[in-house]
Amino acid sequence: MHPDVALVARVRDGDTHAFEQLVRQYDRQVFRIAQHITQNREDAEDIVQDAFLKAYEKLDQFQGNSKFSTWLIRIAVNESLMRLRKRKNARTVSMDEDVQTDEGFIPRDFADWSPNPEQQFGQSELADILRKTIQGLPEGFRSVFVLRDVENLSTEETAEMLGLSVPAVKSRLLRARLQLRERLSRHFKQAKGAPEK
Amino acid sequence: MTCKEFLAQLTDYFDGKLAADLEAEVRTHMGKCGHCEVVVNTTRKTIEVYRNNEVYEISPSLRERLCAAIMSKCKGKKPGCSSEE
Ligand SMILES: [Zn+2]
Repeated sequence: MHPDVALVARVRDGDTHAFEQLVRQYDRQVFRIAQHITQNREDAEDIVQDAFLKAYEKLDQFQGNSKFSTWLIRIAVNESLMRLRKRKNARTVSMDEDVQTDEGFIPRDFADWSPNPEQQFGQSELADILRKTIQGLPEGFRSVFVLRDVENLSTEETAEMLGLSVPAVKSRLLRARLQLRERLSRHFKQAKGAPEK
Repeated sequence: MTCKEFLAQLTDYFDGKLAADLEAEVRTHMGKCGHCEVVVNTTRKTIEVYRNNEVYEISPSLRERLCAAIMSKCKGKKPGCSSEE
């Protein structure tokens, strides 16, 4: 049995410390997802609060056949999408907004990267590069990439949470990955004539 | 297999979901096409680098503040008692 199941049972019995434990376990993940989707720090902070509060209030709807973390992420994604729509002032916003239906994305940069490219950068410099790079993705691609690749959800779970079909998730994931790759290549590719270590 | 056809299989290839004959074709293409080999390796690295590095750090003080706010809102409420539905 997953330890979260026991914690949830204790919360149901009125043990708020058990809930605090769940909050501390997943707050970083909820914040990360919210920040990635909304690209807005204030929203992300609000979403962390709202998502946990909702989870607490709706705990009777949580069924042990899914993981608590997946259930919580679903709530957080919902909250994030809601905020996003609100900010965009309900302009025809849907996850489909930024998708062209042509065949997609053709790689252009074929330079190989150095063996451990991320090690050429300090931690905060690297985080900066990764943040700026993913911010440049269309939001419908970014959400798919984050749920599928960063949070490691399945294609089906990602599709369900974002209200997309499985094929749509797959095609966005491909394009998100290729676009990120292309952009990171600028930073990570092996400098020509650089001495091998 | 063309490069375009190769790319179309990339996601399933990463997931290990390709049928054996298609996977063999993909591997053959990669063996012959330096461009696609680079795309595969650097795409894999792209995923890895995002998975292994925290892009949005949340400070300890912010965590404490959010946790305190959540817990104070939960106090006085019973868990699992949404009035909706
Ligand atoms: Zn090729």
